[in-house]
Amino acid sequence: MSFALLAVQILNGLQLGVLLFLIAAGLTLTFGVMDFVNLAHGVQYMVGAYLAAMFASLTGSFWSALVLTLPCALAFGLVLEFVVYRRLYDRDHLSQILATFGIILFLNQAVKALWGAAPLSVPMPDALSGSIVLMPGLLYPVYRIALIGAGLATAAALSLLINHTRVGMRVRAGATNPQMVSALGVDIRRLFMVVFGFGAMLAGFAGALVAPILSVEPGMGDNLLILAFVVIVIGGLGSVRGALIAALMVGLIDTLGRALGPTLLRLALPPAAASQAGRSLAPMLIYILMAAVLFLRPSGLFPIKR
Amino acid sequence: MMRGSILLTALAAWISTGLAASAAETVKVGLIVTLSGPPAVLGGQVRDGFRLAVKNLGGKLGGVPAEVIVVDDELKPDVAVTKVKGLLERDHVNFVVGPVFSNVLMAIHRPVISSNAFLISPNAGTSNFAGKQCNPNFFVTSYQNDQIHEVLGKYAQDQGYKSAFLMAPNYQAGKDALSGFKRDFKGEIVDEVYTPLGQLDFSAELAKLAADKPQAFFTFMPGGMGVNLVKQYRQAGLASIPFLSAFTADESTLPAEKDDALGFLGGANWAPDLDNPQSKAFVKEYEAAYHSVPGTYAMQGYDTAMLIDSAVRGAGGKLSDHDALRANLKKANFVSLRGKFKFGVNNYPIQDFYLVKAAKRADGKYETEIVKKVFTDYVDRYAAECPMK
Repeated sequence: MSFALLAVQILNGLQLGVLLFLIAAGLTLTFGVMDFVNLAHGVQYMVGAYLAAMFASLTGSFWSALVLTLPCALAFGLVLEFVVYRRLYDRDHLSQILATFGIILFLNQAVKALWGAAPLSVPMPDALSGSIVLMPGLLYPVYRIALIGAGLATAAALSLLINHTRVGMRVRAGATNPQMVSALGVDIRRLFMVVFGFGAMLAGFAGALVAPILSVEPGMGDNLLILAFVVIVIGGLGSVRGALIAALMVGLIDTLGRALGPTLLRLALPPAAASQAGRSLAPMLIYILMAAVLFLRPSGLFPIKR
Repeated sequence: MMRGSILLTALAAWISTGLAASAAETVKVGLIVTLSGPPAVLGGQVRDGFRLAVKNLGGKLGGVPAEVIVVDDELKPDVAVTKVKGLLERDHVNFVVGPVFSNVLMAIHRPVISSNAFLISPNAGTSNFAGKQCNPNFFVTSYQNDQIHEVLGKYAQDQGYKSAFLMAPNYQAGKDALSGFKRDFKGEIVDEVYTPLGQLDFSAELAKLAADKPQAFFTFMPGGMGVNLVKQYRQAGLASIPFLSAFTADESTLPAEKDDALGFLGGANWAPDLDNPQSKAFVKEYEAAYHSVPGTYAMQGYDTAMLIDSAVRGAGGKLSDHDALRANLKKANFVSLRGKFKFGVNNYPIQDFYLVKAAKRADGKYETEIVKKVFTDYVDRYAAECPMK
């Protein structure tokens, strides 16, 4: 295991991490701030990817597709909020889970009816289609590096927004004590709607960003949603900072576990057993991490104070 | 409540005898394929190929008016069993055609072969039913699953590759794929990677592959996983290492993989550019009707309909004469799109296999094209274990 390979795998892990962060950020805000369990967050990521694929084939340019996708994803989130979620805020978690699960089924079928079951693809933008040689024989696509950059920049912007603006202050206040915020004359429903639309836009943004490297297909958000829940549980509900750190941890542990697990185990076990054990162990690592965090710090690494 | 259910049973019995009486005038085919979820494209191709054949035959099979009932197995074995029982007990079908996936085949095999209907698989061909558990009422018009992987293993061996890196999803079909490849390939296996089913980002595995520097790469990554792998393989600049695959770059995934898959190799029993008049006509008609390039799934759906047509015709249209139908199915007296086609002792095909590569046609569409023939009149290796004669 050379140093170059390790560096490449760390980059791969970071890339998965920032992707998870973009999805988990919206999820942690809706879950932590609004106490609303939104299983349909993963399909909003899928809708973002489909919108990007559609706009890319209409306009022929990735950049205009990205620019068009953001407001559409935002609008889509607001429509969902207005039509469905608004009615669920006062209900218990089970109703929310049932309703949002229904939305998953509905939207997975809807994209299939609209765009067909076959996977779609989005061409990579020319400006970012090059690659750099990170180790002999392996090119690392510039696009993936740009993706890491975009994710980290979004995290920084989000942190500014939440910690240093009036809206961010209200969001934080709403998370701690919604009744008090409401009593002070802030329209909490409207605030929730903004938070919700923003979360949907972030998920759609993530979907549009991955469209050039992953296939766009029905159900693409379902696996990531589970990881996103793991991330917000580790990071602490409602904490954007926690979501970022947990997402990077999960991305790195998952990738490095898959890449290095069998090699490390080979030091102690015969090769066949090592690859068998590594293969079974790697997908478990993040859940082991989650269990450990829940055991030691039940409210996550960065819980928000109530 | 009790009385109600007795009434219902009586009603059902009355309806079903009524249907059984009318079933004599039509050939009823129950088509059970996967039509939901990401693999719906494959089931859709089987269905469309089958329908195209029935349309070309004037809505008849063997001169008898045909009724094709299409159901979706949802890729869930339990759902498939319920739906197959509906086809057998409610619709009284003469033939069950399906499924696409092997795990569904395992579930519906017993209910169908123990009924009065014949089971004809247009795609899945597992090893157990090819060997000891072969059955006179079960036919396969595609191939035995291992054979496609063996094509690539044989090719890699013939090319003299010294080392190969193998990768497949961590489930039964993935493990079968790698063992199929290893049968003929005697070079060094630098690594065997099993990824979780449904994994979409292969960057970690590809980095390992680049570090290992094998002379060839073999993979089995159906559906969306294949699309992602092909794109990422190309983006990682690994295309100088030969990409050998099964069901990874075919007509179901090429529309999404586009130029990234060009030149990638696969194994198949047919390709749209196969040079015979019936195949050329089929490709043209299929594209006109369904606006996509047919893959082997569609070809096998079409051939299955032609097989049923020949069997019903051979039995003189007498659908109640099971022995005659069975004997005529076994004869396979139809013009296959593959050219040559016959059944072995285990009712699995004996046919040629080709190395194919992904290519772009002059009209901008993508298809697989035949590079060379790898196996001639190839019999699967489980046929010897089949007790049928």
